[in-house]
Amino acid sequence: MTDRPLTKNIDMSREPFNLGQYRHAGGYDGVLRMFKEMSPSDVLETVKNSGLKGRGGAGFPTGLKWSFVPSGDNAPKTKYLVVNADEMEPGTFKDRLLMEGDPHLLIEGMLIAAYTIQANTAYIFLRGEYLRAEALLRKAIGQAKEQGLLGKNIQGSGFDLEIILHTSAGRYICGEETALLNALEGKRANPRAKPPFPQVSGLWGKPTIVNNVETLCNLPGIIRYGVQWYKNLGKGADAGTKLCGVSGRVKKPGCWELPLGTPIRELVDDLAGGMSGGYELRAFLPGGGSTDFLLPEHLDLTLDYDVIGKAGSRLATGTMIILDDQTCPVGMVGNLMRFFSHESCGWCTPCRDGLPWVDSIFRRLESGEGKDADLQILTEHLEYLGPGRTFCALAPGAMAPLGSALKHFREDFEAHIRTGACPWQK
Amino acid sequence: MAKISVDGIEYEVDPDNNLLQECLSQGLDLPYFCWHPCMGSVGACRQCAVKQYRNAEDKNGTIVMACMTPASDGSIISIKDHQATDFRSHVIESLMISHPHDCPVCEEGGECHLQDMTQMSGHNYRRYDFKKVTHRNQNLGPFIGHEMNRCIACYRCVRFYNDYAGGEDLAALGSHHHVYFGRHEEGTLENEFSGNLAEVCPTGVFTDKTFSAHYTRKWDLQTAPSVCAGCGVGCNTAPGERYGTVRRVVNRYHHDINGYFICDRGRFGYDANSSDQRIEVARFRHGQESQFNTLSALEAKRQLNAMIGGDVIGIGSPRASLESNIALRDRVGVQNFYAGFSDGQFNCLQEVTKSLRETGLVCPSIRDIEQSDCILLVDEDITNTSARLALAVRQASRSAATELAKEARIPLWQDAAVRELAQNTRSPLIILSPQGTRLDDVASELHLLRLTEQLHLLQAIAHVIDPQANDLDDYSEANSSLANNIAEQLCRAQRPCLVSGISAESPALVKACTNIGKALRAHHSKNAESPRPIGLCFAMPEANSMGLALLLESGGKSLGAALQRLAQGNVDAAIVMENDLSLRVSAVALEEALAGQTPLLVLDQQHNSFNAKAQLLLPTASVFEQHGTWVNYEGRAQSSYQVFRPSEGILPAYEYLSITDPVQQCLVSSELIIQELARSDSRFNSLTDLRPPRTGISASMKSPRQSHRYSGRTAMYAQAHVHEAQQEQDRASSLAFSMEGVMLQKDASLMASPWAPAWNSNQAISKFQEEVNGELKQGSKGVLLCSRQSNASPYERFDIDSEQKLACFAIAHLFGSDEISAQAPAIQARCVGPYVCMGQSLANALGIRQHGLVQLETATVRVQLPVIIRSKIAQNCIGIYCANEVDKYALLNGKVALQAVSEHESHIASSRAMFDLLLIKDALRGEA
Repeated sequence: MTDRPLTKNIDMSREPFNLGQYRHAGGYDGVLRMFKEMSPSDVLETVKNSGLKGRGGAGFPTGLKWSFVPSGDNAPKTKYLVVNADEMEPGTFKDRLLMEGDPHLLIEGMLIAAYTIQANTAYIFLRGEYLRAEALLRKAIGQAKEQGLLGKNIQGSGFDLEIILHTSAGRYICGEETALLNALEGKRANPRAKPPFPQVSGLWGKPTIVNNVETLCNLPGIIRYGVQWYKNLGKGADAGTKLCGVSGRVKKPGCWELPLGTPIRELVDDLAGGMSGGYELRAFLPGGGSTDFLLPEHLDLTLDYDVIGKAGSRLATGTMIILDDQTCPVGMVGNLMRFFSHESCGWCTPCRDGLPWVDSIFRRLESGEGKDADLQILTEHLEYLGPGRTFCALAPGAMAPLGSALKHFREDFEAHIRTGACPWQK
Repeated sequence: MAKISVDGIEYEVDPDNNLLQECLSQGLDLPYFCWHPCMGSVGACRQCAVKQYRNAEDKNGTIVMACMTPASDGSIISIKDHQATDFRSHVIESLMISHPHDCPVCEEGGECHLQDMTQMSGHNYRRYDFKKVTHRNQNLGPFIGHEMNRCIACYRCVRFYNDYAGGEDLAALGSHHHVYFGRHEEGTLENEFSGNLAEVCPTGVFTDKTFSAHYTRKWDLQTAPSVCAGCGVGCNTAPGERYGTVRRVVNRYHHDINGYFICDRGRFGYDANSSDQRIEVARFRHGQESQFNTLSALEAKRQLNAMIGGDVIGIGSPRASLESNIALRDRVGVQNFYAGFSDGQFNCLQEVTKSLRETGLVCPSIRDIEQSDCILLVDEDITNTSARLALAVRQASRSAATELAKEARIPLWQDAAVRELAQNTRSPLIILSPQGTRLDDVASELHLLRLTEQLHLLQAIAHVIDPQANDLDDYSEANSSLANNIAEQLCRAQRPCLVSGISAESPALVKACTNIGKALRAHHSKNAESPRPIGLCFAMPEANSMGLALLLESGGKSLGAALQRLAQGNVDAAIVMENDLSLRVSAVALEEALAGQTPLLVLDQQHNSFNAKAQLLLPTASVFEQHGTWVNYEGRAQSSYQVFRPSEGILPAYEYLSITDPVQQCLVSSELIIQELARSDSRFNSLTDLRPPRTGISASMKSPRQSHRYSGRTAMYAQAHVHEAQQEQDRASSLAFSMEGVMLQKDASLMASPWAPAWNSNQAISKFQEEVNGELKQGSKGVLLCSRQSNASPYERFDIDSEQKLACFAIAHLFGSDEISAQAPAIQARCVGPYVCMGQSLANALGIRQHGLVQLETATVRVQLPVIIRSKIAQNCIGIYCANEVDKYALLNGKVALQAVSEHESHIASSRAMFDLLLIKDALRGEA
């Protein structure tokens, strides 16, 4: 038993466990027992009961997502599991830790997920820049194949699984699951309309589950130690642990595994060592670049999907970016807007043509040439690019830091316009 | 039916459609860009946002995209809701941030969907004050202009070009607001339907380059409903004229035929009308003089009358209107009227008309073909002979996708989702052809077979379906598994369809296809299943091939017979109407006939080597310049209306031929000829209903050919005369050469160019349809002339020629094979010269390199032609493209000897450049 099921094997000062070491530490035990003792529907029930929620950002219950995959005799024979390892959310580096720290954990998780939905082919869609993760995963997949943990009739179970590692050509939008599928098919990485959901018509039109790396890495623990153990890991309403990261001007930026329900302050002050000398925390984005700013008063909130949601933001990827008191919030948000504008796929109008306008306004504000009307236009974009208005969640995500910044830092925006310069540029 | 409420008003709608389509069907104004009636929804532009309420209590509602939301029963939506209108105006505002303010010099101005939607959405003040995104344009070839700065990224172009038409060389490139729609490099757009981009693009990114070269605003064009004369499909078109020249041709919606799309031959061939090969004045020479005298119009008519006397024979034409053929027949008498087809086509057409009338099989419209779930395409290269048919066959291959989507409960209008689900799942499209075709990418099977092999296989298929059809021969036995397989697919299909043609000039082929249709019917009736529509159609090479064939149906005489009479020299004169006989018979046969010294009267539009031999040459009106009736491959008669009066001296052929007193004005009109035919010949009875009744036009006023915005009427010819010229009178139709009269608002019977308040672009068409994609309101569909009788006629018997060592087949090209359109400069830029294609083994045996020269020799002709070696070609077989210059019938009917010719590298290079234009994907690279 462990209280750090995701990172127990991880020590970044050494090479990650090879297959032998991983198995020695109890790895693949759960899977092997699963093959013997559990039917796919048993596993599905277990995962449903565990309360595991997707760790990619949206927090959708994993078991529920899987249950939409058609099963039974009339269901299509070919199904796919796709791992979303295209970690490109600003400020987010948690999946990288998992893949570089313990690649076999991901493979074991994939075996469980693929077995559940009865997919015989799984793809890892890996961010192209993650060269080390690529090398380590390739090695791990090779080892697993050699040892008969992948391939045909795995360990006599009658179940086949082939894992194909695909390195992305690099677009943020590929993190959107349907755009990812299009990219994997060799098409433009534009999102697809939903419905139909990938569970029904996904990769090459076949039922497909797309799961985040961290989500899958939760599975071996759940199968090995059971639902109750997993639920007990969480301190609050949500089950399990979560990788949480902190970046910004803290003493020890990094990424740690915490039980869900841990107070944010513990993460910032204890693990990240608090703010660097001479800097005060002014606000923070709790779950990456596309979440709303929270303020110091929110530091005592716990890391729970619902708790953060009620405070007006999202736990999302759980990797927070800290804004200190000596950094221009307009500059910080402008930097995000530049990123989102550049990463729009160009499919739908509000995102494609709205974000560049927002970006242009930020550049003007930062150069001190902003106009009063600019704030009005920015405010209008909050609704224009809001949820339901655009084809996918990219633009609404971009509006989260913008909207909360306009609310919390309006003074700063106005100061840029009033003084004709950025007050932080001395 | 479902009930939905839009802004408090209830409508009955089809729940299988989306809200946008249903709102438009109800006549409501809701702006959109990416949705296209024929291509469904993808939800990209976000312009059609409406407010949807969960129930009557819900006061807040949510913004949804109408195009992506099913029109399910009980839906409550609002178009007028201020949040929705606000959002829509934001969408327009951001679409316009980089759009240039070049409307005054943009070809699209005045018929721009973007202009209309901008107005409709209420965006009128520019707030964006940053730099615009700009792009570099590409030269996309002779047809299509490119102005990327105008792009609003609706993705319609790539969806049409790639997804719908099967093109491969247009793509969305780049990302975010730099997304770019063009080719990977500059170059001619390859697809045969590229011209539709100009109509599919909601603004001026893709424009008709030929139109731009002699541009006129839409509202300044005089238009009339017309029918394309480019092939036998009979697509409906709307040509536009200004200052006496045709400025462009656009698609005119026809529910059963062309729908929203026409091919590039039909769109860009119009410029032939003002080519320098056009015959503009009558000319005459005495006896054997070589010098011509030009004649005035009156002199020409006098000369004509003087020459028509005694024993005169007339040779009709499949590219002339029905009226002209009737007038010629009546002038010379039935006994002296001869077909203008080659004898091979004549024999085929006799079988085709018989098959149309007697078999009770369905002759499918384009729409029927699109919905077929299994197609057997035999021999005919329809992409090059009847291109619009090929586009329909391509859509039919998606029937399987439709079925899959229904099973997965994905609405069919969810275009991207349906394509994603189906991937490469396609309905059976089985192609039998001597060479690879442009439909190979959607074919489930391609069998490269010589004609004789095809006939044997067809025989075997018919035998498998119904053993009564015919006996099996040795060859068929050897191919029984293939025949079984094809037969099984045809029998299984709910809406099977056989498509062939008469290009091979093989009556046996027509019979063999007909037999399969009959066998299928017998099979289904034997198995007591519900009757299935079994489609059988033959592509027709020319606009009136079928019309002339029907006229000649009982006791028609062949061209060969006419030439024999000429050769004997016992006729006083021969009238050849709109027909270049050198393209119908071998040069030797024509020479023999002309050696009889019979005086030759030729009526035609373009100069050619044949009519240079005429004693009297009379200039005739083109399809744009006369009222005409055209019968398409289905036997569907359609009217084309005169778009404009041709210059003095050019007359419709039927007017010349009806003149008995040159001084009197001709009182015979197209309408009278057709009415007389309908009365006198029971087979043509239904033609009475062809034109909309004049009584439908209110208060005896006519419908204008000119728009209510037509400008410059009083000034157009002021340089010639200060007084405004008197308006031309049109006694022969319900249309007037005027901007006055009764506008055909929502009455599409005479509508050429759709316009409705706030809808200036071609998208206005939905206002004229019963529902989106439906029939036109009061629209004229044409009349089907061949009543199908379901009496089971016996199976046809035919002999198959014994196998020859080397088989020759004729190649056709969309650009070049049609003699009229080939005179248009834009089409000429896509034409290639004559060539020969063959397979690698034959080339090796002859020692011919790729693009080298080969000499073809028969008893009467010897030519040297460049060779293309391709992988997709039947064994022991060559294809010959004659480009209307090489003696086709001498080569195809003779025994051809082949011999390699040593040639220079420079020659190879120039041949290679020519073959690059052809885009034959399976041409072998490198040296043989």
